[in-house]
Amino acid sequence: MSAKKESLGKTIGVVVAVCLVCSIVVSGAAVGLRSLQQTNAALDKKSNILNAAGLYEMGMSNSAIESTYSERVEQRYVNLDEGTFVEAPKPDYDMYKAAKETEYSTKVTNSNVGFQRRPNVASVYLVRDDAGDVSRIILPVHGSGLWDLMYGFLAVDADGQTVRELIYYQQKETPGLGGEVQNPAWQDKWDGKELYENGEVAIRVVKNANPSNPHTIDALSGATLTSNGVENTIRYWVGEQGFGQFLKNQAWRS
Amino acid sequence: MADTKEMKKALFGPILDNNPIALQVLGICSALAITTKLETALVMSLALTSVVAFSNLFISLIRNQIPSSVRIIIQMTIIASLVIVVDQILKAYSYEISKQLSVFVGLIITNCIVMGRAEAYAMKSPPLMSFLDGIGNGLGYSFILIVIGTIKELFGFGTILGFEILPLVQNGGWYQGNGLLILPFSSFFLIGGMIWFIRTIRPEQVEPKE
Repeated sequence: MSAKKESLGKTIGVVVAVCLVCSIVVSGAAVGLRSLQQTNAALDKKSNILNAAGLYEMGMSNSAIESTYSERVEQRYVNLDEGTFVEAPKPDYDMYKAAKETEYSTKVTNSNVGFQRRPNVASVYLVRDDAGDVSRIILPVHGSGLWDLMYGFLAVDADGQTVRELIYYQQKETPGLGGEVQNPAWQDKWDGKELYENGEVAIRVVKNANPSNPHTIDALSGATLTSNGVENTIRYWVGEQGFGQFLKNQAWRS
Repeated sequence: MADTKEMKKALFGPILDNNPIALQVLGICSALAITTKLETALVMSLALTSVVAFSNLFISLIRNQIPSSVRIIIQMTIIASLVIVVDQILKAYSYEISKQLSVFVGLIITNCIVMGRAEAYAMKSPPLMSFLDGIGNGLGYSFILIVIGTIKELFGFGTILGFEILPLVQNGGWYQGNGLLILPFSSFFLIGGMIWFIRTIRPEQVEPKE
């Protein structure tokens, strides 16, 4: 029995059979569940955008998220150098993938935002009020924190100056310390802050910030590097390499 | 065929008498990392229990066919496939939690409990008993995870499953969250405490002095 069990042919046969069955099971699961997973990922992004738009309510159903999103939010593309709306450079355009291709991106200079290249064309999300006027502009922002890149949405009023929300939806900061960038109490501190002073980027994240100063946000205690990362991220993205020109042009008004 | 008493032992033995974390000290790494919130601990427990139960079942089914020269590789293949399936299912049906568990679901593959039970039990035992043994060991792991997850979430965040029990100072309450308990390594103290506790009520688990 044991001699037969250990023969070379038997060994290879068993290995091949096991691999075959396992690969069928794995690929079956991956293919069968892919559409559900993509819906989930898209839905997750939409709920974060709604959150930044101030339209998200706790326990919103999936269909409510879909309908509110399609009613109120419009995705547009912006050429960052010109600050104007453009068509998507290619179908299924993804600004984070485009940043990896030299054809679609530019090198980052004079910033420690934490990534090397930024896309030439970025997505923005325009939020409209009931009358159909743009009430908020949602800018995707990302930059390094302590451990890894943090991805978020910065919501700005239609004046291109006043911050409404800063929602981080993907970050790997230390829970309880840097992870507090997702704490609603800290997010609330961004509401009403002003990005620019006399045309220059003025927003800062500092220790013991004076709440009445419109340009400073109190840093997270115990998370200096995360706070610095947030500051670098926001200053980069509202600066001239980021959405600065777009916010100055106020392209959404035309 | 195994009798009921034996089946009960395979199923419930690993919870206190032969706990994979507390007595065998296996699977510590994931127990440290994902117990910050009770919800993630619950999902992780469920994922690990199903993986260890089904890997035991399948390995036991073909145990007489597995050539011993490649048995570890075959066990790994089966375990890895099951883990990928679990990961895919989580991504499809519980996206939020799968984001939080991130890499740890994948790391079930290297969880010593799964390999340990496959090698030590499923290779020698009939399918039904192996399946029960897998569930039992999963329950033992879950038991520790849930206790630690509860303690960490309650005293670290003042909540249980996201419901506020102790209102935090940050949110205008009176409870100052324990920052230590939020960090992964605090599980060392808690697991150590639990091992001490279990060995106090079950003194036979204490190793003899050398």
